[in-house]
Parts: sequence; C-alpha cells; structure tokens
Amino acid sequence: MSSHVRSVVLVDAVRTPFGKAGSMYAGTRADDLMVRAIRGLLDRNPKVDPASIDDVAIAAATQTGDQGMNIGRSATLLAGLPKTVPGYSIDRWCAGALTATTTIAGAIAMGAIDIAIAGGVEHMGNHPMGELMDPNPRYLAEKLVEQDALAMGATAERLHDRFPHLTKERADAYALNSQVKTAQAYVDGKIQRDLIPTAARNPELGWAIATIDEAPRPTTTMEGLAGLKTPFRPAGRVTAGNSSGLNDGATAALLASEDKAKELGLTIKARMVTFAFAGVEPEVMGYGPVPSTIKALEKAGLKIEDIGAFEVNEAFAVQVLAFLDHFGIADDDPRVNPYGGAIAVGHPLASSGVRLMLNLARTFEEKTAVRYGITTMCIGLGMGGTIIWENPHFTGGQK
Amino acid sequence: MTTSTQLPEGAPEEIVTNALVRDVDLSPFGYKGTLALITLDNGFDHTRPNTFGPRSLAALDAAITDAASRKPAAIAITGKPFIFAAGADLSALSFLSKREQSLAIGKLGHDTFRRLDEIGIPTFAFINGLALGGGLEVGLHCNYRTLSATALTGLPEVFLGLVPGWGGATIVPKLVGPERAVQIIIGNALNNNTMMKAKDALNLGIVDAVFVPADFLERSVAFAASVLSGATKIERKDYSSDPAWDSALAAGRAAALKKYGGAEIASPLKALALIADARTNTRGQGFDAEDIALADLTMADPLRASLYAFNLIQKKRKKVEGAPKPALGRKVARVGVVGAGLMASQLALLLLRNLKCPVVMTDIDQERADKGVAWVKNELTKLVEKKRMSAEAAGRLALLISGSSDQQVFAGCDFIIEAIFEELSLKQELFKKLEKIVGPECVLATNTSSLSVERMSEGLEHPERVVGFHFFNPVAVMPLLEVARTSHTDDATTATAVNIGKELKKTMIICKDAPGFVVNRLLTRFMGEITDAVDEGTDPATADNAMRSIGFPMSPFELLGLVGPGVALHVAETLNANLGPRYRISPTMQAMVKEGVKTFYIKNDDGSFGPNPVALALVHKGSTPSTAEEVRIRALTALAQEARMMLDEGVVSSPAEIDLCMLMGAGWPMHLGGILPYLDREGISESVCGQRFHAPGIASLPQ
Repeated sequence: MSSHVRSVVLVDAVRTPFGKAGSMYAGTRADDLMVRAIRGLLDRNPKVDPASIDDVAIAAATQTGDQGMNIGRSATLLAGLPKTVPGYSIDRWCAGALTATTTIAGAIAMGAIDIAIAGGVEHMGNHPMGELMDPNPRYLAEKLVEQDALAMGATAERLHDRFPHLTKERADAYALNSQVKTAQAYVDGKIQRDLIPTAARNPELGWAIATIDEAPRPTTTMEGLAGLKTPFRPAGRVTAGNSSGLNDGATAALLASEDKAKELGLTIKARMVTFAFAGVEPEVMGYGPVPSTIKALEKAGLKIEDIGAFEVNEAFAVQVLAFLDHFGIADDDPRVNPYGGAIAVGHPLASSGVRLMLNLARTFEEKTAVRYGITTMCIGLGMGGTIIWENPHFTGGQK
Repeated sequence: MTTSTQLPEGAPEEIVTNALVRDVDLSPFGYKGTLALITLDNGFDHTRPNTFGPRSLAALDAAITDAASRKPAAIAITGKPFIFAAGADLSALSFLSKREQSLAIGKLGHDTFRRLDEIGIPTFAFINGLALGGGLEVGLHCNYRTLSATALTGLPEVFLGLVPGWGGATIVPKLVGPERAVQIIIGNALNNNTMMKAKDALNLGIVDAVFVPADFLERSVAFAASVLSGATKIERKDYSSDPAWDSALAAGRAAALKKYGGAEIASPLKALALIADARTNTRGQGFDAEDIALADLTMADPLRASLYAFNLIQKKRKKVEGAPKPALGRKVARVGVVGAGLMASQLALLLLRNLKCPVVMTDIDQERADKGVAWVKNELTKLVEKKRMSAEAAGRLALLISGSSDQQVFAGCDFIIEAIFEELSLKQELFKKLEKIVGPECVLATNTSSLSVERMSEGLEHPERVVGFHFFNPVAVMPLLEVARTSHTDDATTATAVNIGKELKKTMIICKDAPGFVVNRLLTRFMGEITDAVDEGTDPATADNAMRSIGFPMSPFELLGLVGPGVALHVAETLNANLGPRYRISPTMQAMVKEGVKTFYIKNDDGSFGPNPVALALVHKGSTPSTAEEVRIRALTALAQEARMMLDEGVVSSPAEIDLCMLMGAGWPMHLGGILPYLDREGISESVCGQRFHAPGIASLPQ
C-alpha cells in the first residue's frame, strides 16, 4: 500500500454541445450523450489504452431510465470500452461531475488507481428537475428546511433577500456579460475546440450533428432582461435571463496520477491542489461556494489573492455575485469565467463540473502567468464544492 | 410523377419513406463547408423497415433536389435507427398489371438513384443499418459508402426471382469486379439468401469503411470530411480487362443450374447477362437493360408465384394457421426421446439446443442409448469447434442429455417423442407402456411419416395427449414441422406441440391425421408416377429427367437416393394400404430394396455422377414406355389430383398450406409458388380438377 499522497492531474476534458431541454437532443438518449463524450475523450487521447482505464465515475442527478442502470458502468459498456473496465455512478446533484472528479482524484492520490474517467450527464428534457422526488415529510413537519429550500429559483431569491445590495440590475448585468463573453469566445473559436460533435435525431427532421451549444443568446440586452418575468415570486429578481436554463448534455474528463501521465506522455492540463465541500442552509444553497472555497484555500495554504483564474458555475447570477462579493472581487473581474458560463451555455446539472474544468484548463494554457485557479459550484440542498488547481504551464512571474 | 408510376390498382397503400434533409457543419471535422444529410425514415420503428415505392422515390428525388440547392460540399444519405432501407416496396409489385407500369417503376428508381452519381457533388451513403436490395442500391449509386459494423447488407433479388434492377446488377460488377459481383448477386442470393456481414461487405469492396455503431454517424461524417479534404483517398479499379469475367460468369451459371436441378431459371440467368454487359457498357446502358429485365420478370408468372411464396413463408413463420392459443400450452421442462438411432439422436439434439431442458433418450439396450447420447455430445463438441457455440453453453447442454435402456427415466417428462421403427403395433405398445410411467398431461408425440396417429392413440387412457410431430430430414436444417391432430387430440396438447415447434424455430402447419400428412403424401404420389413409368418400360433417365426444366432442386431419383429406397418403399406400402391402389408398389423398388441397392446414381472416379448399372439391371421392364412429356404430365396430374383430394378431405384447410409444406418441407422452389401456382399456370389444375387452386392474381399475373 502506498503511504504517500500522489499528485493528480487533469489530462483532458471534453463535452457534448449542450442542448436546450426538449430541443436538439429530444430524440437522443442521455446514455448515448454520455457515450459520445467518453468516446470523444478517448479519440483525443490515443496514447491511452482503453483497457488501462482503472475506473469510470459518471454523475447524474436523476438516476433512472436512460440515466439509470448504474450509468457509470452502463455508459462504459455502451462506449465499447473493454468489459474489464469497471464503472460506477455518482450523485451530488449539480456537483455530480465535480464529485466524480474528486472521488477519482482521491483514489488516484492514495494509489488505488492510476488513470480514470470522471464525467456527468443530465438530460433535463428526459428527466425534469424534481422527477420522482419524494421529500420526507419531516423536512417540513419538523421545519428542517423551509419550502423554498426545495425550489432552486426560490433559493436564489433568498440570496437576494440576504444580500439586498446584490440587486436585480447587478444580476442582469452579470448575466448579460456572461452572454457577451460566450458570444466572443465562440467568435474566437475557444468553445468549439472542446466540443465533441454529437449525432442527434429528430424523428420529424432527421439526423443532425450537434456541433455548438444551443442555449446561448448573443443578442441579449439589458432592456430585454429587465422585462422578463420573475417566476419564483411576484416582484422577484430571479428570471430566466439571469439564471442557467434547463439543458441536456454530457461531459467527460481524463484524470491520472502525474507519474502515469508522464509515463504515457499524456498532456497535463491542470494539477489538482486540493478540494473541499461544505454545507450551508439549504434555503440559500447558492452561498455554498463561499464556505467550500474558504475551506479549500485553508487546506491548500493559499489565499484568495493567490487565485488567478475562476470558473464559477452560474446556476444563478446572484449566486455568483454572492461569491464574488464575499471575496471582494468585482462583478466583471476578467479572471472570472472568461468564456462566459452556464447562464449562456446552459447547465445540464450533474455534467457541469467538468465543463468548468475544461474552461479552466484553456485559461491555464493561455495565461502562463497564472499559477492557481479554482472551479466551484453551488449545490442544491445547501452545499458548495471547490477544487483548487495548479497551472502546469505556469512560468513564474506574476500570479 | 406520371400516372404510370402511381400504385397499381388494388395495391395496399404505400408506406412512404420520407427523405429529410438537414445541414451538417463540417468545420468541426476539419473541412470548411456543409454536408446535406438526407435521412430516410418511414416513421415506424425498426420492425417496419424503410422501403421504396413510387411516393418514397418521389420523396427522395425531392430531397436530392433540396440537398443540392443548399450548395453543400457533399450530400449524404443515412437511415433511421437500425435500418438503412430494405429495398423496393414489394407489396405493390404483385399488383402490376401492365408492362409499362413495371418499366416505369424500374425507370423511376434509376432516374432517382442515378442523380446521386450524376449530380456533380460528392455523395456518400452512411449505411447505418440493414440495407437490402434497392436499399443497398441507393448506396451503390453514391460515390462513397460507410457501413455500421453490425449492419447486414445484401442483394436478395435473385433469391426472390428478380434481378438487382435499380442499378445493382450494373454497378456492383463495375465496382468490385466479376467474381465478387457473381458471388454477391448470384451466390449469396441462391445460398438461402445469405446476407453480408460488415466485414464481408468491406472485404468485397461494397463499402469503403466500417465504423462501430456507437458513433457511426459522427465517424461517417468525419470520413466524408477526410475524403473531401483529400486526406483519405479511395481508389476505384477498372475491371473491364479483368481476366476473370468468363470464369466468373460460367461459375455463376453453374451455380444457378445446380440450384434448380439443371433448369434454366430466368432471374439468375438475366442477372448474369446484366453482369456480363457491365464489363463494357456505360452505366446508363446497364440501367436501361435492367429496366427491361425487371419488366420481363415482373410480367411473368414465376415472379408472381415467387412473391406469393415469399410472403407466405414470412407470414406463416410467425403465425401457425389453426393453432390454439399459445397460453393453452403446458410448460415443458423435461423431454423424452424414444429411440437412440440417428433420427432420434437428431431430434434429441434439436430439442436440447432449443429447449435447454433435460432430455432423456432410451433404446432397447444401454449400449445403443449410450451411442445416441455420445452422438449428441459429439455434435455439441463440433459446434464448439466451429465456434457456433461457446464451450460453456455446450457444457451446460451436455449435462442435460442422458440415455437409458429403462423407460422409467421418462417419469416426470412433459413431452415425449418417439422415433422407433415404423411399425404401428410397436408404437401402440410403446404408448401404452409410456402411459403407465408418465403423468396424465405428458404429451406423447410421434415422428411417424405415414402411420396413423389416431390408431396409435387407440386404447390409451388419455388419447387426447397424442399428436403427430413430423420432421423432415435433416431435422436441424429442414424448416417444416407437420403437426397432426387426431380426432381426440385436445387443444392443450396441440398448443404445447406448437409452442415447442416455435422454440425449435420451425415453420408449422397443423393438419388432420391422414396417411403421409402433406409432404410425404404428395412426394410419394409424385415419385410413384416416375417409378410406374420406369416399371412400364420408360427409360429411367428419360423418366427421371422429365421434369428438369421445372426447376426442382433434385430429380426424383436423386431424391430417392437421399431418402433411401427402403424408406420410400415402406411409405409407399403404408400409403397403398391406407389410401388405395393409386399408391402403387413398384417391383423395381422392391428389387432394389431386396438387393440392397441404394441409388440409381453412383459417383464416378472424376466426382461426377453416372447411372448405376446395378440399379438399371434391376429395373422391371414393361412394354409401354412413355415420353418425357407424358411422364411430366402424369406426375403433375397426380400432384393436382392428390392436392385436391387433400383439400376435399380437410387434411389442411387451404391451398396455401400445401404450398407452404412443399416450399419448406420438400425444398421446392419459390418460382413454383410451392407447387399449386405452377399447376394452375400449366393448366393442369383445371384439366384435372376442373378448377384452379388459386384465383388468378394471387400467385400469378392478374388476368
């Protein structure tokens, strides 16, 4: 048994284009999306012998139907990996793929495995949020949580309540910026490079190949955002425009021990420093990334000032603002989500964690002066998760 | 669309295969431009494959126009999940009444498909699933083809009595050369319609690349981009000066003659002629010749009979006419086989392989029983060696087979089939004995070929459990099973028997218990006319060759050699005793059995077959020889008479069941429709019985 912690690296990460729920992937199964991401990942990494993959951890927030049957094992078989490659399923709601990554990383670090796939999939068209959910009546009877805790939009409204200075206008401005950054990233070809073209059939229209995200709205304006309904409360602040949408998509990341990656001559896109998850009141679940990031920084012996790149999942604009606000970072700080975020490209729940990682890896490539970056996201029922990564391309100089 | 390409009157409404066009951006695949992707989809799931009738062709034509108007870098065609396209809509073919209609449908297919080659934009077929006949031909017109690793492809036209007449007969030889074209178009089609696996299709040059199904479409698009960019180059060879043309065509002709017992059957010969033309003609000339060949075949009775036969086989494979509800059948968890000879052992193996339950065999002594068990186990070993069964599966089955000389091992059986010597009293005695061993619901089945099942059940406590279960040799290969009900057989017994037959993957007919059931009764009557003619003084070769032109797979005496004169004589004697003197006992046959002479033909030193002088010496020589034509007429007359009697007696309830029996039990060819459509079109039915078996148009051209 190994007695020392081993360095864990991100070799590569890819995703399918994200679709709007019930739209371009309406005729495509969730497991087929997952298969496509896994096969695309392996295609890009021909030096990896599929038989050498030690494990496959796949997340889904709803694990029934085409996301059931132990999607981790099922997707591995369907992807044509050797039957000797095992697989399992992970669930931490929105942080599914993030947790698949940290779970795999833990196993690599302690020497149990050398190389593995972590990913996630959510077909929200096939599995609407809350599908088959059966909350224990004790939650409300014993006032363990308030009703708002179970509706994500309502938790976002609660964040506005808690931080009144995080106004709807700031949320809308943040959302607009996300759209603008994503539009620019598409123009610059910075998003397409990690998308795996994915066949999608519509029985009425025939087969297509999805090559870009379906959700972005590059024509968004402040005026347009201001006029949107607030579906979670009358006179609320949370709208479809300053929230992520309902989406379908899958992501997959290849993780390895640094030694293994070097032995095989694989790319090293990021080196994991540490990670942390933390709980908060479920009614303000969007606040989760604050304590999880504090915890992770403490473990890493770093300060927020040491972090040069942020990939923060944009479940809701206000939730990102609460995070930035806490750490004293400007709403439009260029270190944060330089390619835009989930508000523009979408948030197929359990798959999003790896999307943050692949974006961060691209930032690391571009900004060799940046040494550390984080990927963080809020999680329903009151949690946050944060992974701190080190830039393998770091050349010294300013952080 | 012209009126002549609309559906003929009476044809079922076409299920239209839509052709849907969408743009695919090729830039993520490394090529700047778009691909117009046409999806063929009839809106049903894979159990109703895409097919092409006039409206479907019009839809594809419109889609090609639409695709081209988008100014794409390439056009590609793919199918719906699991299915590319299964070919022409055959349901309408049977209703074509005018040659112009047939010519027009052929031309419409060509005019649509050939655009894929002539449009001036690179075209691709992404064959994602089953592609047969016209379905594969669509792809052949494209410039390049990819194929899913699990998809089956083939050109079954010649099997059906057609030619690959939407381009296949012309394009395939030009694409892959004469030898492989003959193999695909003639060899595979005549070998029980063998389809190509993806590996075969790739090796034969029918497709350019094979990709696994998981991301077949994405990889196919990537392939297209790679061809467009020049990164992938596909070489095409010119086969016009290939040295193998003559030998390939001769081999194809020999295969076609062999298949039909030496008869010159139109569809393979026309297909060969089209292949031969492809050596030097232009595609357009080839397509024109295909149109004419298709029209010639379509407007002739053999094709109509063939289509009737094909549909009959398809339909009856699924549904057994007159079968009780399957739920009435009893569970079968232990099976007995009485006898351990070759027939019994074959039955035991078949039951074991398909029911996967304990099978016990008995014979008069342990040694014989052991021999039967050893034979079965050896067959399992052979299957493992041929990689047709895993060692694990064979091991499992080997544990389930056992043999004994003590019939007490049948205790607990749910179904017992006997295959002992064809002697009624023996079988009666056996069933009485078995009744004391087994429970009251155990089915007692007999594989007798000509004895009365009814009489075997006489005197039993439970005669309702007795049923005829008649296989054809070799039992693993011949698809027919005759299930014979006595006047006592109850529905539970019949349903159990039919359920087992389904498990054995047999095509079944349920008939009344009557001597010889269907196939042997007709074959024996037919054969009796030939031996009669010989006994009367007809030269054996003349008699035996009298029906060569019809296209039976083997001549009467070749069949006799296979069955053995002993069995044939025994059946003839039984039918003579039970059905009357029209089943005659041939003195020649008696002499052959007595002298132990097995066949009229013997193998020469060079491997060919020639007359057996020993057999010829035994021929009873009468003084009233017949001509070949007289022999043909009397044999066909006997068939018509007997078939009509069987229908009148209610042995089976429909002429179709008789045809099914001859197709599946005797291997008689589809272009005869079994046999009755042939008797109808030769005028035999009317002259002998005063009526046809089938109304005009059912298995013949409409009148």
